[in-house]
Amino acid sequence: VSRDVAVLGVGMHPWGKWGRSFVSYGVHAARAALADSGVAWEDVDFVVGGETVRNGYGGYVAGATFAQALGWNGARVATSYAACATGAQALDTARARILAGLCDVALVVGADTTPKGFLAPNAGERWDDPDWLRFRLLGMTNPGYFALYARRRMDLYGATQADFAEVKVKNARHGLHNPNARYRKEVSAEDVLNSSVVSDPLHLLDICATSDGAAAVVLTSMDYARRHGLRQGGRGPVRVRAVSTVTPTFPNTVIDMPLLSTDPSSSEPVETLTFKESIGAAAYEEAGIDPGDVSLAEVYDLSTALELDWIEDLALCKRGEAEHLLRAGDTTVGGRIPVNPSGGLACFGEAVPAQALAQVCEVTWQLRGQAEGRQVEDARVGITANQGLFGHGSSVILSV
Amino acid sequence: MTDAGTTPTAAPAVTPAIDGWFTTGEAPALVASRCTTCESVFFPPTEGFCRNPACEGEAFEATELSRRGTVWSYTDAQYQPPPPYIPAADPYVPFALAAVELPEGIVVLGQLADGYGVGDVRVGTEVEVVVETLYTDESGERTIWRWKPVTELGQEVDQ
Repeated sequence: VSRDVAVLGVGMHPWGKWGRSFVSYGVHAARAALADSGVAWEDVDFVVGGETVRNGYGGYVAGATFAQALGWNGARVATSYAACATGAQALDTARARILAGLCDVALVVGADTTPKGFLAPNAGERWDDPDWLRFRLLGMTNPGYFALYARRRMDLYGATQADFAEVKVKNARHGLHNPNARYRKEVSAEDVLNSSVVSDPLHLLDICATSDGAAAVVLTSMDYARRHGLRQGGRGPVRVRAVSTVTPTFPNTVIDMPLLSTDPSSSEPVETLTFKESIGAAAYEEAGIDPGDVSLAEVYDLSTALELDWIEDLALCKRGEAEHLLRAGDTTVGGRIPVNPSGGLACFGEAVPAQALAQVCEVTWQLRGQAEGRQVEDARVGITANQGLFGHGSSVILSV
Repeated sequence: MTDAGTTPTAAPAVTPAIDGWFTTGEAPALVASRCTTCESVFFPPTEGFCRNPACEGEAFEATELSRRGTVWSYTDAQYQPPPPYIPAADPYVPFALAAVELPEGIVVLGQLADGYGVGDVRVGTEVEVVVETLYTDESGERTIWRWKPVTELGQEVDQ
């Protein structure tokens, strides 16, 4: 029995700082995805919203907020929150209901409006919340965690700040022609290395911004897609082959944002896979696809250095070898395994509940051959990866 | 609450910024919770149910962690972090941070001791716990654990 579902439509609201309500971005993306799919809003029987925690009650019940804004149509509704992994969890919720035969057409929407500067915890004193304590007791920001991983790459594998800068140069070039990207401008390695150091060894231009934006996906059963056979070309529709939303296994021995410590590794034999490695491994296993079959990857480059970590976590090369791929041009469009052909977070900035869906949008366009100006030749299989605070894995595999 | 202002002869209060996470004095140490069933050690201190999935333990005893460990990685904060961080000085003075692997198998984050920066450590450098002032508020000095390189500044020059 096939466990695939079809991606009939994708759509986005361009990333930026637009100063409007997240609802307007979400509806824009949803209408774009519906138009792309050729499915009427009235035929959607399940809406899943990605929750945003910075936009009041409407953000907490995002699924219903989008459904109401699109015009109540009686659809079932759900709202997901998994921090940066929100989009994947929302997608998985939609997929599960389709595969259970409980619905035919699901619309998944994520949208956000984000503040300037460091993402800080919500107001109020919370002495039992690690996300509050890490700021109060240690002054540990998000870039601080990214910098720990970056420095470890340097000390262990000989990565350099110049390597990190080259990731930015590559992604900036990828995003040049992406109409949904916020930053569409060439960046030189000197630009990166001359920007201020935020958290050593990372410069300002190594770290992604926060953005407003929205992304939406129309998912249907394979049956529905066949019945409606809407202009999907000779290859048939793009299919979701796997959605990995795994949590860590004890002991999680790599320090994760926003925690102040790891689990103790002495009490149990340490798992052979780290949490981030297990995210991709679960996706490959579910899809029955080998890392060697992947045509492109969209990974969560919260920092330039983190892109290199993800390449290894997804088993696209051995540990400590991602710099070699980068330097050889393998991860550039036109290379052996292009990474972040969309331009990645480097060109988008992060819009938390929309980001994992934006990755799915990009992979879909790539697999359809519609990624103008950044198209990966003969793309057949794409994988996405990201990780949400407090143990949320996120990896989606799509294929044609 | 101590009000040092009304008693000029009393020393200003010095108290940990958080209760029960570390000891103070000559040889300060982090305080962890050890599960009395499976011996797993957790920091910050915890209560309730053991997080080892193979353990049904619900009781913990306080235990001091090793004072020395090795640096897993390190960084600094060159911009002032947002609240609830309370800056110790105005204008802001950057500080460094390290994730430190202890013999118990736990990696614990902390700031580096006053006067130390990212140039003073590497992955693998031995460090030990010290207690220093994090910030001062109306209750007096509030202290925190920090990591201090065991090799004193300048001693590595010959290596």
